[in-house]
Parts: sequence; C-alpha cells; structure tokens
Amino acid sequence: MKRAHGLITGAALAAAMSTALATGAAAQTIKIGVNEPLTGPFAASGTYVVNGAKIAADEINAKGGLLGRKIELLIEDNKSNPTEAAAVAEKLISGDKVPVIMGAWGSSLTLAVMPKLMEYKVPMVVETSSSSKITTSGNSYIFRISPPSSVEATEFKAIMPSLGIKKADFLVINNDWGRGSAEDFGKIMKAQNIQVGLVEIMDQAAQDMSAQLAKIKATDSDTIMVTTAVEQLTLVLKQAAALGITKRIVTTGGSQNPDQLIEQAGAAANGSMHLTTFAPWYPDKTPDPAATKYFLGEWKKRGYAIAGATESFRGYDGIRTIANAIQRAGKAEPAAITDALWTTDFPGLNGQIKFQKQGPTGKESGQSMPNLYLIKIENEKIILSGS
Amino acid sequence: MTELLQHIVNTLILGSTYALLGIGLTLIFGIMRVVNFAHGELYSFGAYALYFVGVMLGLNFFLALIVAVVLGCFAGALIEVVLLRPMRGADIDTTMLVMIGAMIVMQNGEQFVWGGVAKSVSTPFPELPLVIGSISVSWLRLFVFCAALALIGVSYLLINRTKLGKAMRATFQDRDAASLMGVNIQFIYMATFAIGSSLAAAAGALLGPVYVISPQMGNLASLKAFAIVILGGLGSIGGATIGGFLLALAEELGAGYVSSGYRDAMGFLIIIVVLLFKPTGLFARAERIG
Repeated sequence: MKRAHGLITGAALAAAMSTALATGAAAQTIKIGVNEPLTGPFAASGTYVVNGAKIAADEINAKGGLLGRKIELLIEDNKSNPTEAAAVAEKLISGDKVPVIMGAWGSSLTLAVMPKLMEYKVPMVVETSSSSKITTSGNSYIFRISPPSSVEATEFKAIMPSLGIKKADFLVINNDWGRGSAEDFGKIMKAQNIQVGLVEIMDQAAQDMSAQLAKIKATDSDTIMVTTAVEQLTLVLKQAAALGITKRIVTTGGSQNPDQLIEQAGAAANGSMHLTTFAPWYPDKTPDPAATKYFLGEWKKRGYAIAGATESFRGYDGIRTIANAIQRAGKAEPAAITDALWTTDFPGLNGQIKFQKQGPTGKESGQSMPNLYLIKIENEKIILSGS
Repeated sequence: MTELLQHIVNTLILGSTYALLGIGLTLIFGIMRVVNFAHGELYSFGAYALYFVGVMLGLNFFLALIVAVVLGCFAGALIEVVLLRPMRGADIDTTMLVMIGAMIVMQNGEQFVWGGVAKSVSTPFPELPLVIGSISVSWLRLFVFCAALALIGVSYLLINRTKLGKAMRATFQDRDAASLMGVNIQFIYMATFAIGSSLAAAAGALLGPVYVISPQMGNLASLKAFAIVILGGLGSIGGATIGGFLLALAEELGAGYVSSGYRDAMGFLIIIVVLLFKPTGLFARAERIG
C-alpha cells in the first residue's frame, strides 16, 4: 500500500514538473529550429551559416527579443546526410515543438526535410539550397532566400558575353544541387549558342577528382563550370592546377568562400571566377551597407575567419527573416508565421527579402530573389568583375 | 593518348597509397585475423597527427611525417594491448564488434577534438606541377608516390627477410608451436598490429596534405582497404600491393572512360568479378589446414 502511494506521488510529481518545465520554457523563449550540416562534407559551410544565425539571434535578443520574449536557436547537426536531415526535422518539430525552422543547407538535405513540413504544417526558411525542384514541387511551407540555380543561370546570362565562352564542360557534385545546376546552366548556354561538352560528376565525399579533370583537360572546351562546396572546390582547384589545366574555371552555387579558397588552394585559385550572392569585400556596394558593416564587425569581433562571411550572411538573413515574420504574426505559431512570411518585405544583406509565389497554383512556395555577383581571384586577391 | 597517359600517371600515384592502406590491413586482417574496422581511423589519426605536429607545433614537414607515423605505431600498440589482448582466443565476431566500437569512439573523438570542419596542411613543395610533355603531376604527389613505394619495400623486407618477420609468420601459422620455439607471442601480436597501424597512419599523413583532413576521411579509406585486401588475397603483401594498383586503375579508367558518377562503384565491380572466378582473391596465401 505504501509502495503504491509512493508511486502515485512520484508520477504526480513528475507530471507537475514536466508541465512546469514546459510552460516555464515556453514563457521564456521563442524557439527557432536550425537544421544544418555541422559534420561531414559540408561541415565548413553549415558551421558558417550557424555562426551567422547566432549573430542575428544575439542582435535580436540584445534589442529586447520578440513579443517580449527572447529567441532561442535549437541547433541540430544533419551530418550532411539527407536521412539525418529528415530525422533532425522530426526531432525539432515533434520533440522540441519549434514553430519554424531554418535549413537545411544542401538541396538534397532540404528536399528530404520537405515532406516533414507538409506533415506537421511547419514553415521552413531555406537559406542556401539552390535546386529548382525545392520551390516548384508544390510545398507551401518553403520560403527560400537563396537563388535557385535557374535564376543564377539567368542572371549569369547577362555576364556571359564579357567572358567570351565558346564551349564549356561541367564538373558537378552528385546530388540535386550539382545535377540541377548543370541542367540549368547548360540550358542557358545552349540558348546562347555556347556548346556544352562533358558533364562530369563527383561524389560528395570524393577527394580525388584527377580522373574527371584529366578527361576534361583533353577536351577542346575553354571553360569549366564547377558546382560544389568549398572543401571539394579547394581540391578541384588544386588538382586542376596539378594537371596543368589552364581553362577558365567558373563556379556556381554561392558556397565557395573565396577567401578560404585563396588560403587553402593558394596560387591554384588564381584566375578562377565565382558566382556569389554576397560581396563582403565591398560593403559599400551591398544593398544595405550599414547592416553589412554591422554584420562583418560582429563576425570579426567573434574571431571568425573572414572566409565564412559569404556563406554565413545567409544564416544571419534567414534568422532575421524568421524573426521579422514572428514579430508581425504576433504569436510564435506555425500557421501565423507561415502567413506572415508571405508578407515579408525588409532589406536583407543582399537585397530586399520578399517572397514571390513559385510552383503549382494553390500550393506555391515562396522565393526571394537576391543579387548575384561574379568575382574573380587574381594574384590571391578578390576582384568584383560583374553583377 | 595523352589522356590515357595522364590517367595512368594518376593511377600509379593513387595506387601507391591504396597499396599502403592495403598492406597495413592485410597484416592485421589477413595474418592476425582481426577484422579491423578501425583501420580507416588510424589513417585519419595519421593525418591529424601530421596536422598537429606540422601545423600547430610548427615542426618541419618531413619530420612531422615521421612523427605522425611513429605516433600511429604507438596508437596501434595501445589498441592491441588495451582492446585486443583481453580478447585473445575470442572468436572473430567478438573482436570485430570491439573494433567497430573502437572506430566509433575514435571518429567521434576526432570530431570532438578537431571539430567537423576540414583542415588543410601546406607543404614545402612548389605549387607549379612537373610537366613532361603533355603530362603533368604535382611535386607533392610525386613525393607521396616515392614515399609510399619506399614504405611498401620496407614492409616487404620486414616481413620476408627479418627475424621479426619470420616470428610473425610463425606465430600466426601456429601460435603454440611458435611459443614453444621461444617466440614472445604477446610481443608479436602487438608488433604486428602496431606495424599495420603505422602503415595506415603513414598513408593518412601522406594523403592529408594532398586532400583535406576531416573526421570522416577514414570511412572511405576503410572500405577501400578491405576491398584491396580481399582483391589481393588475405595476408599477401604482394597481393595487397597489386590489389591497390588495380583498384586505382579501375577507378581511374572507370571514371575516365565509362562514367564519373560510378567511379567508386567500378572498384567494387572488379572485386565481384574477381571473387566470382577466384574466391580466395588474386594472390591468396596458402592456407594451413588444421
């Protein structure tokens, strides 16, 4: 009898405690889920994005938070793996009860998360992914602030004549991002009477691309279009230089982190050109110079390598987009935030953040259109060569 | 033709490091019969050791390489004494599970200590490649090739020409008989594992600067090492050497002339074909029965 009594008290106590904890936490903070690759092949990029997100969260909290509450980032590692990305989304939504998520860096990672958003009706701000599929597959919980590769390719069209490309080969990472870029850029090039030669693929974990590069070296193309993240890109540049390849290399996707390329690939990075969505080297040329300078100042103050700035600004803008929506929604609930995201209109570090409708009617996704810059590395310095 | 020559040069360089990985594992897996899932972790251990000594402590690159290999040797000895010695006589599955545990602990340990972001190591070699006709190769890779060949030669001599090598071979043929002949069995087990580990660490330290160093770099290395050992035949140093070069050739030509999307699959395709016709691998050591 005594034992049963003890059990009941225990259970009651536990129940009381968990309610207290839950309501206590809810009253204290607004939770925002962050689903990024912190390990695996995209670790560098994911870490930069998270660091940018933290700057935004600290800035918002220093100004008194949102709706009288502090915001709290729940940062989870998706290990650069789509299966893990979906699991992380599940954990954030059903375990931590976050009303909104930012993620998931890579296109394949984001695509893996998307069904979970539909299932639980929770919106996600997509900060980096560029596969066109993401906003055209009819998922109305997707709000993307990075350019899809089709837009990147269209904007690149204006820059192309100045480069005088006659024939291009592609070397792309083997996922939705890489294959999507090859397709979108290939289409634009063919329309401009530029020949498209080889489309070579590299596994996302591959470290040796010599075979693909040797094949490309032997063709009569003048340009290699490369799509991958900074770690693999460093290896591509080094290995291309080692094979004595002198063709022009143009990279897409906005995850090149040119300063890191210069630091790690050295002279091998010279002459390479990169399409990026942020130009931290020329803050006065960005749409909101004051905000850019504040962000770069914070980045420096925290002792982060400047190389990360081209990537991390997306984390910063992503969290600011979410915070802006929560503020206008007046409550931290998924449906209210989704509605508020549609009316977003504020200056991000790379242009106005404002969502247009994309995809099948009735279940459109949101897509914001940022600026695009083409930069060139010369003598281990970064030069703005077109925008 | 030029393209083919370039593929062959690439193959030789890649193959030499694959061979090194394969020889290290063939000692442990082929001779000691320990299914060493931590082999790839010793590979990344070697790379991080080079990074620590060469970049963080600022030691000369070549000295740092040697230190990394020695550290790999000690790490291997430690694993043998702490994890495998108590398992002596246990069946192959039990030690396999222990090594899977070791792999998980080591990989997560690396992640904990160094973070998930890849590190790179700069070397004293010139950045401009060596160009012969239309073929070009980086000096660093050329050095890696020579160092790997030297290490392969040393291992061969060690196993086949020294007293230690003879004792090793005797021990794993018949432990009791070797023991009765006065061979220090415990020492031989430790030495074999340490030598195999130091070869993996050497491969990691040599390839770390060629590629980038990350906690996950060992996964693919492990997989390839097992493939090489199975291809070459368990326990055969010559087999592992040839197996390494064959795997590199299959990958290089597969990516060059078939499809780069299936580069890593090519190697395994070759293995399936070889095993269909020669189930013990190309150069299996004669099994002693009983």
